[in-house]
Amino acid sequence: MSVGRRVLFVVALLVLAIIALAAVAPDLISARDPLQTDVRGALQAPSAEHLFGTDQSGRDIFTRVVHGTGRSVGIGLLATGLALVLGLLVGTVAGIAPRIVDVAAMRVTDVLLAFPEFLVALIVVAVLGPGPLNVAIAVTLAAAPVYVRLGRVQTRTLAAAEHVEAARILGVAPVLAFVRHVVPGVLGSLSVLATIGIGSSILAAAGLSFLGLGPAEPAPEWGLMLASGRNVLAQAWWISVFPGAAITMTVISASVVGRTLRARAEGRSS
Amino acid sequence: MSALAVRDLTVTIDGATPVDSVSFAVEPGQCVAIVGESGAGKSLTARALLGLTPSGSSVSATALTIGGVDARRLGERQWRKLRGERIALVSQDALVSLDPLRTIGAEVAEPLAIHRRMTRAQRRARVLEVLKAVSLPHPEERVSQYAHQLSGGQRQRALIASALAANPSVLIADEPTTALDATVQARILDLLRHIAETGTAVVFISHDFAAVRRVADRVLVMQNGRVVESGPVAEVLQAPQHEHTRELIAATVHEPHEVTAAEVEPVLEAVAVSKSFGSTEAVSAATFTVHRGRTLGIVGESGSGKTTLARMIVGVQAPDAGELIRHGVDRVQLVHQNPLGAFDPRWTIGRSLDEALAAGRVPRRQRPARSARLLAEVGLAPVLAGRRPSALSGGQRQRAAIARALAAEPDVLVLDEPVSALDPSVRERILQLLRRLQEDRRLTMVFVSHDLDVVLAVADEVLVMQDGRIVEQGATGEVFSSPQHPFTRELLAASARPE
Repeated sequence: MSVGRRVLFVVALLVLAIIALAAVAPDLISARDPLQTDVRGALQAPSAEHLFGTDQSGRDIFTRVVHGTGRSVGIGLLATGLALVLGLLVGTVAGIAPRIVDVAAMRVTDVLLAFPEFLVALIVVAVLGPGPLNVAIAVTLAAAPVYVRLGRVQTRTLAAAEHVEAARILGVAPVLAFVRHVVPGVLGSLSVLATIGIGSSILAAAGLSFLGLGPAEPAPEWGLMLASGRNVLAQAWWISVFPGAAITMTVISASVVGRTLRARAEGRSS
Repeated sequence: MSALAVRDLTVTIDGATPVDSVSFAVEPGQCVAIVGESGAGKSLTARALLGLTPSGSSVSATALTIGGVDARRLGERQWRKLRGERIALVSQDALVSLDPLRTIGAEVAEPLAIHRRMTRAQRRARVLEVLKAVSLPHPEERVSQYAHQLSGGQRQRALIASALAANPSVLIADEPTTALDATVQARILDLLRHIAETGTAVVFISHDFAAVRRVADRVLVMQNGRVVESGPVAEVLQAPQHEHTRELIAATVHEPHEVTAAEVEPVLEAVAVSKSFGSTEAVSAATFTVHRGRTLGIVGESGSGKTTLARMIVGVQAPDAGELIRHGVDRVQLVHQNPLGAFDPRWTIGRSLDEALAAGRVPRRQRPARSARLLAEVGLAPVLAGRRPSALSGGQRQRAAIARALAAEPDVLVLDEPVSALDPSVRERILQLLRRLQEDRRLTMVFVSHDLDVVLAVADEVLVMQDGRIVEQGATGEVFSSPQHPFTRELLAASARPE
């Protein structure tokens, strides 16, 4: 790994560490109440008092960005986790199931893959209705086809691998050999995919929130905050810019770390 | 003047010197072989001759003259002019070295397009000429075909043709026959010999003295980056001076295994066993017997059906017709050709051994002791149990694979090409191990290999397979001393043992 990449990787890790802290213990970073309004102090520009300024209701943007971390990142993480589980379950089953089950599962993923991820998520939310949990489900379903595909192909490759055959020849029961040697291998590949997918899941979740399909006001959430500032962008740019920057930093950091980890898992240097 | 003159060639990478003061010269019409095991520095020497050493390495020499050009201080641009024109490379794996998206004709024409001003018609004529020179059958059809449409031997010929196209003064052949079957190997070696005789200086790189005997005039033996011995091939073979040379020579020629005269008790009988895949018959009507405490060798080239036969013996494939009768045989174990693939890459060797013991119903408390004993039996240090397969050398991995197969206390051990991926001296040690296990455990083995010589060294009886059929079978000594079938004779001739 070159020095530049190493520095980038370390910076990205640092950003993720701060984000993790903000998500787990927001009060440690900003002790204010993210919902506390102050009509007289509305639309204040960033200052020492309000680092990121205040919004139309006089709420402190910095506090809201910090307190919104858990919700924004949480939806993305939840969606990625669910997609991984779905990929593992459906993928391994499709990988070993009779042809008809395999074909059925693959045609469904083909249909989902034919649409842009975000469009699939939108359709799902349109059916389920708005709300943070539904957004997570929508993003999961939009992301899952790729996981299912990878899970299936890895299952097939590993099930036919020599070391799995070797275990069976030794007398290890086929089910046991599958659980011991195939499933962990599939999980490994899916985890690598997940580290890269987290960023886009967070972005998709924020996008749905921006459209008003996620958490409802006054809950602090980055996508929602971005949307609330868009009408006053000319007068108070800070309302939208800081949550937007938070989303960008998170997605970039997650992608950098994910790609570096993938490269390491594959034995490449970058 | 020498076509290639090298004096004190040294390559350093990160403080190590994998090539240390190598000197030699090759005259036009001569073939010089560089022999050594993997890591001896022979391939890196070849790379240095082509100006293709990895980045971060530094090359120095007091003389490096290629086709009359001093190549010591060439820049990348000048090297590019030299490669293909004065010095060309034939590499090991022709399937990988030929572009799958280009025709053979385009591949062979490339050096001409780069180094020669020619019209299209002239170029085409030259391509056909070199394809003929390397004896590729039907060159007119081949020019418009792709690499995958050719057999392994044909691909290697096409690759040699593309190296020869611009008529270089030096041809470097880096293990050009390792991926090929014995009889095909022999033909490619004869072609290289012919190329040398027609005036090209050939540098032949190999780990195999049998191949060297066939093509080279002079030989350099390398070990740890140094030339430990050099001289005319006949002299070196007759009276090897260095210990390592003796080891390498011993690894190519084995004494046929003496049949252990004992009571003959069949443990496994195959009666007219057949197996087809689609319309191709992989094994057809194979009838043979495996005797207790004996080793049956199965020899054949790729596609002869020997692996399918082995897999049927193990029981992972069922015969379509015929019968495999097992006399009191419960456990048949398999040792794979590629031990790296045969172990779960995420598990340590110890854990894999433990799994094998558990599958053999060894109680949990006894397993650590048993596993330690198995490692000792195959000559592996106990610390290796904590390593993953990727952290082991090829020989260690194959030992571990044998240990794992023994863990299940097999009645019959089937070994599918167990030594073909190993260096000669490592191969010798594994063969010794197998012979020892055979004696100590009275182990019944089925040993599958493409290498007749290796089979002769361990097997009591031999089956020779060709195109799914057993063309010859009998006691090893007899098959060796008076081969009946022409194919067996061809295999024996290809193994290049001294007459």
